[in-house]
Amino acid sequence: MTSRSRVVVVGASIGGATAAETLRREGFDGEIILIGDERHRPYQRPPLSKQILLGEWEPDEAAIHTVAQSEELGIDVRTSCTATGLDVEAHTVRTSQGDVRYDELIIATGSEPRPHPLLPMALTLRTMDDALALRDGLRSARRVGVIGAGVLGSEIASAARKYGADTLLVGRSAALTFGGVGALLSARLIRLHEDHGVELALGAEIAGSEVAHGGTELQFADGRREFVDLLVAMIGATPRTGWLESSTLAITDGVVCDRVGRAAPGVSAVGDVAAWENPFTGRPSRVEHQSNAIEQAVAVALRLTHGELGSAPVPLFWSEIHGARIHAYGWFDQERPLVTADAGAANAESADAGPAGKAAVLLSRDSADRVRGAVGWNAAPREFRTARAAVLAAPELTPS
Amino acid sequence: MGVVVKRDACVGAGQCALVAPDVFDQDDDGIVMLLQTDPEGSDLEAATKAARLCPARAITVAAR
Repeated sequence: MTSRSRVVVVGASIGGATAAETLRREGFDGEIILIGDERHRPYQRPPLSKQILLGEWEPDEAAIHTVAQSEELGIDVRTSCTATGLDVEAHTVRTSQGDVRYDELIIATGSEPRPHPLLPMALTLRTMDDALALRDGLRSARRVGVIGAGVLGSEIASAARKYGADTLLVGRSAALTFGGVGALLSARLIRLHEDHGVELALGAEIAGSEVAHGGTELQFADGRREFVDLLVAMIGATPRTGWLESSTLAITDGVVCDRVGRAAPGVSAVGDVAAWENPFTGRPSRVEHQSNAIEQAVAVALRLTHGELGSAPVPLFWSEIHGARIHAYGWFDQERPLVTADAGAANAESADAGPAGKAAVLLSRDSADRVRGAVGWNAAPREFRTARAAVLAAPELTPS
Repeated sequence: MGVVVKRDACVGAGQCALVAPDVFDQDDDGIVMLLQTDPEGSDLEAATKAARLCPARAITVAAR
């Protein structure tokens, strides 16, 4: 690229903003336009379900760049601008504010919560405005119903308990899941919630709901009825690829990319919306974690500025649920139970059996006994770093 | 150049201590600890990489 090149980033997200910033810091001196459909400037999403929900941070503290920083970096941030289409041949993005031509396009439009088909009125959490509405609701709620057994459901349930509300966590599956770790931590998570007074309804099918005095009555398929005065549904997310439907890009579950994030000539994708080729399976797969968006954005920026093909980003995910600090790094085979770091595969059964508050490093090993993933559960930082180094040692991660 | 860390934003992922072990460490809760505020040479390079990769954007490497 030259100083006359223009990079357009669609999605004023962590992935989009990181790509823009890294391009500049790596010496790209052409034009950078960052397009976002929200009224807010780019902000981080992980604090939405943590510090913002708990009222510990004001919205400004989650901002990625101040206006001055964007100006200093020479990034043209366009808020309330919605991308509506893409012409790959003509190198043009169609937006609510007119067509924008690009030399290189970076797609970072993220994902959005899937609405619950039977509970369309339930609150959900993706944007800053969602988080502020949910925070306000939690301040006065007496009984919160959280639908969804994923990590966001767990985080919202944790926040609801901090506000002192009775909390019912409802999952269609019998297991609780934790990002890329899937259901492998379910037993620990269930104990953690129970220890903190969350009522769990797992393997529970919602059949409908009725407006009740001051709230909602949830109706379950088995006839059970539960009243809640605040209802949140987090049943999974879908990549925001609607605006790309008429383009020639390959879209499956996300924008299909090769191992370095290329979707088409002049088009890259990063973050939740991007399905990069998995270095182990060879299949396109999405990773819905902020650190993955950052690493992919950095990788794309280095490729565009220096032609570098870096090593594959390793998924890294963290959460804090009822005060337990949980980090997950790498890849997790759902067919193979986690094992504790200080023992072999023989103790597979016991790895998930400790008390919910007890510190542990848990490993995911493949059939050849190589470490593919590591979970730090309130773990000593040094121990978890050792486990991470083992994940990072896989030869598949270096560029080929 | 100076390295500044925002401890209340840190999520204890430990990317920094992995990438730049001579500049960053973690306390018992995993929260970032700064070992040197004015790294030079390869330490500065590593600190810059750590700042870029920090999942909580809790590290700034700024010109003084």
